[in-house]
Amino acid sequence: MAHKTINIKLRVWRQKDAKSKGGFEKYELENISVDSSFLEMIDVLNEKLISENKEPVAYDHDCREGICGMCSLFINGRAHGPDNLITTCQLHMRKFSDGETITIEPWRVGSFPIIKDLMVDRTAYEKIMQAGGFVSVATGGVPDANSILIPKDDAEEAMDAAACIGCGACVATCKNSSAMLFVAAKVSQLALLPQGKIEASRRAKNMIAKMDELGFGNCSNTGACEMECPKGISLAHIARLNREFLVAGLKA
Amino acid sequence: MAKLDSKVPEGKLKDKWSNYKAHQNLVNPANKRKIDVIVVGTGLAGGAAAASLAEMGFKVKNFCYQDSPRRAHSIAAQGGINAAKNYPNDGDTIYRLFYDTIKGGDYRSRESNVYRLAEVSNEIIDQAVAQGVPFAREYSGYLANRSFGGALVSRTFYARGQTGQQLLLGAYSALSRQIGLGNIEMHNRSELMDIVVIDGKARGIVTRNLLTGEIKSHFGHAVVLATGGYGNVFYLSTNAMGSNGSAIWKAYKKGAFFANPSFIQIHPTCIPRHGEFQSKLTLMSESLRNDGRIWVPKKKEDAEAIRAGKMRPEDIPDEDRDFYLERRYPAFGNLVPRDVASRAGKERTDNGFGIEKNSTGEGVYLDFKYAIDRLGKDVIEARYGNLFQMYEKITDENPYKTPMRIYPAIHYNMGGLWVDYELQSTIPGLFVAGEANFSDHGANRLGASALMQGLADGYFVLPYTIQNYLAYEITNPRMNPEEHPEFKKTEDEVKAHITKLMSVNGNKSVDYYHRELGKIVWEHIGMSRNEKGLKEAIKLIKKMKKEFWANVHIPGNTDTVNPELEKANRVADFIEIAELMALDALNRNESCGGHLRTEYTTEEGEAMRRDDEYMYVSAWEYKGDDKDPQLNKEPLHYEEIEVKTRNYKTA
Amino acid sequence: MSNFINSSIGKKLIMSISGLFLIVFLLVHLTANLFLLWGSDAFNMSAHFMGTNPIIKIVEPILALGFFIHILYSLIVQFKNWKSRPVKYAKVNQRDASTWASRNMIWLGLFIFAFLIIHVINFYWIIKFGDPGTVIVNGEEMEDAYTLVIDLFTSSGSLAYIYSGIYIIGFIALGLHLHHALWSAFQTIGWSNIKWRKIWTVIGDIYAIIIAVGFSIIPIYFLFIK
Repeated sequence: MAHKTINIKLRVWRQKDAKSKGGFEKYELENISVDSSFLEMIDVLNEKLISENKEPVAYDHDCREGICGMCSLFINGRAHGPDNLITTCQLHMRKFSDGETITIEPWRVGSFPIIKDLMVDRTAYEKIMQAGGFVSVATGGVPDANSILIPKDDAEEAMDAAACIGCGACVATCKNSSAMLFVAAKVSQLALLPQGKIEASRRAKNMIAKMDELGFGNCSNTGACEMECPKGISLAHIARLNREFLVAGLKA
Repeated sequence: MAKLDSKVPEGKLKDKWSNYKAHQNLVNPANKRKIDVIVVGTGLAGGAAAASLAEMGFKVKNFCYQDSPRRAHSIAAQGGINAAKNYPNDGDTIYRLFYDTIKGGDYRSRESNVYRLAEVSNEIIDQAVAQGVPFAREYSGYLANRSFGGALVSRTFYARGQTGQQLLLGAYSALSRQIGLGNIEMHNRSELMDIVVIDGKARGIVTRNLLTGEIKSHFGHAVVLATGGYGNVFYLSTNAMGSNGSAIWKAYKKGAFFANPSFIQIHPTCIPRHGEFQSKLTLMSESLRNDGRIWVPKKKEDAEAIRAGKMRPEDIPDEDRDFYLERRYPAFGNLVPRDVASRAGKERTDNGFGIEKNSTGEGVYLDFKYAIDRLGKDVIEARYGNLFQMYEKITDENPYKTPMRIYPAIHYNMGGLWVDYELQSTIPGLFVAGEANFSDHGANRLGASALMQGLADGYFVLPYTIQNYLAYEITNPRMNPEEHPEFKKTEDEVKAHITKLMSVNGNKSVDYYHRELGKIVWEHIGMSRNEKGLKEAIKLIKKMKKEFWANVHIPGNTDTVNPELEKANRVADFIEIAELMALDALNRNESCGGHLRTEYTTEEGEAMRRDDEYMYVSAWEYKGDDKDPQLNKEPLHYEEIEVKTRNYKTA
Repeated sequence: MSNFINSSIGKKLIMSISGLFLIVFLLVHLTANLFLLWGSDAFNMSAHFMGTNPIIKIVEPILALGFFIHILYSLIVQFKNWKSRPVKYAKVNQRDASTWASRNMIWLGLFIFAFLIIHVINFYWIIKFGDPGTVIVNGEEMEDAYTLVIDLFTSSGSLAYIYSGIYIIGFIALGLHLHHALWSAFQTIGWSNIKWRKIWTVIGDIYAIIIAVGFSIIPIYFLFIK
């Protein structure tokens, strides 16, 4: 198989640090294999920059198999670029055409400040999780796994929600920078399971309070998050979060 | 020769762990608050240990290089986790899980540790379920199981193809809870640069903040390393880009023995590489071998036609397909252990039956046609949908229609820091958990056992055993690292190391050297090894080390985000680790598990173990940069298991 | 409770409930207005009934409050949303990810609000505070609302076309607003899942069409048919 290659133009956001004013830099790359991943293309760019004694583009990435949630690029106006159900590291150059100009930006969310170039600080997600994204159980002293029966459908739906990788694409793509899909994924997963049901209201209340405090926007149900989510997490989970929150409010 | 005391408790195998727990020292609640424990790493082992220790009342400082503990590479484990629950009623027992693991490891692991692993395996499942891990279920609501390699029973619990993710998120949720409660001081984007040893005991670590470049010391009454494996020595592996061996390597240089460094696992089912700029290899879960059949063309001319792009695999009729695993290993078939499957694949491709349309001519097929015919596409989609989607995104081929192309890739390190029964290294106060230690998998790890071991260490073993050490620490007050000269000294060494790296200012990128290193180790310390190649490798690695330090180029500054500097730090250590791997492989004049010396194979091409001479753990002791390390041996004794030649041909 | 109301979901809940209330009002309003098609007496009686009925008297200020709250909270929520992304993207492509209407609810809403002001000045204001003229239907004297409507949509020259145009565009905007509004309101209340989302979307679309087309018939009827 002859390896097909393309030439591309890049418009990449460069920003020295959180305080600096950033701007787009233009680069051109030739003979990029269409079978290479998007991040491998950036590796090639960086290798080139290093050879020219310039600073490479800083960006977050780690597992490169779509599960760690570290990579986070906004490519040609879309979170994780022009394909569905993938992370940036799973995007392949075959999705681009020869001669195309590709615009690469960091997540632009007030609550995810830019660290450098294309890297952003997603500590806000950590704080939300610490506010209630758990079942309050300590190690040991738990019953036999099969003593808690869970209907298959509930387990499957919980798994749908639990697939969240915490990448932030939902917030990045949301026109309101809302973190509702992220919060909903955790709240919904645990609200569906008997182990998590007991503190479901409390969890919803605490996580939402933290989410609001951290300056995320309000969900207006456009559904863009669901479409850009690499794991296809459904808006139905947001409905469940709303329900849990309402119940929590009525109880209070 | 230094004495290795494995501290295995007295008594019968099945009583050892309960005896240990009954008699070990514990720390009372009031004293726990006064004790600091450093945990490096937030994967299954580190995350579970940090959370559990904090729940117990210790003050924990937890470190990871990623921006969140949730991103540790345990998250990428796909297939499942083993436990001896015997829910399917197929005859599983703790002993059988223990036996399979020892046998799978080719009799090179410590019997007592493995038995304990099998014992606590059931508790892990209970714990994960309590945390809300959405394991697969039957319609009855009970937990579902599937089969994995090297076992005759179905004992693997799973959450679709994302079991590692779900278990890690379970540990992460426990961790998050403790961080929120203020019991854990979490340091994200921090990389361990060195370990501080004071009066022979591990007392803390020095880290570099990956955002600001700040070099900082942290004190702990004990230090736990749960930093995973060093598979990235090979450049291309299934590890994450940032996975590295630096923490355990620094510990080695401070006096911790490095055990079985050459025992690496090569996973048989990964997506073949596509080109020079490939940055990593993607695994296709072993669970696929439950329903996929592995084959290559029976006729060489068919293989050649496929490689030339003149023929499609679908065109080859069943009778012209060589299902070589089923042919060679009728009892286990496609579910033989990983080392066996990888080697069998290599044997076929070395003989010209490979199918990949590139210069390597490697690759074999993993075919789901038969399973789809038998069970229907829907069932296969429900079982492996996300893996199939992942495969299609990468290769642009539809595995429902055409067989997957797969090839072995570096996946896991059985080797790691030597630890005793308490998971303590040869440096008192330095504990090692998960993939970073060597203890449970011998020369080959069975599928779905890494998650089991990481969580066993993190939840149920280390939080107990560490107290046996900490009980003697309660009278030692916290140290202030800013005032203690040893911390200052270590910090200065770290800074000098970084300055030295930055000042090389040569003209080759870090990745260049990493790729070159990868080629050397894959060629000579990869799937098959021999004396000549290993000696050659040592020569090449020594040469590369010199070149690296003379000609590497790191742009940017030290006081800001600098991924090139991070990589350089890691690659400098990988080069040294590679040398020790070669040395270890050279020393071991036998074939066992993942370690295959071509000089030591049977006529049938199977591995030839030499129990009379090599039934020991090789624990390497650092003696200085210019000196050869010293080999220490921990002999292995099997009291309750009969040592046999592994046989996957008959049950 | 104040925590609840001040939370993001609480605010949106207020928007949803006020919105659903306005959605119900629109149907009542449309029903009353469609009497226009049955002639002067029918419409005037309907308008008179609406204007004098004690229940409507009570509902009227609540309706005003509903509008006020819905608009107020939409602004509060929207300002926070804008603030949440201080630096905008250079390039955004959400063509396939969300509907145009859902992304532009605030602009549709503000446009509808502007239209509402014109509408109130055109009719409600004149009936309440101006001199609409009276008419006797079935022996009862009442405001001649019918003539008011006729006059607006058949007034001399291009003015009739301008007014008709404004109203029809207003109704289309309203329809688009409703296209996202109904399902969105139920989603926010939590009465949705994968199955019900489809149902609410279909009901919402049918409703949006009924409202937009239903109201638009009125100026078209007077302009072209009558």
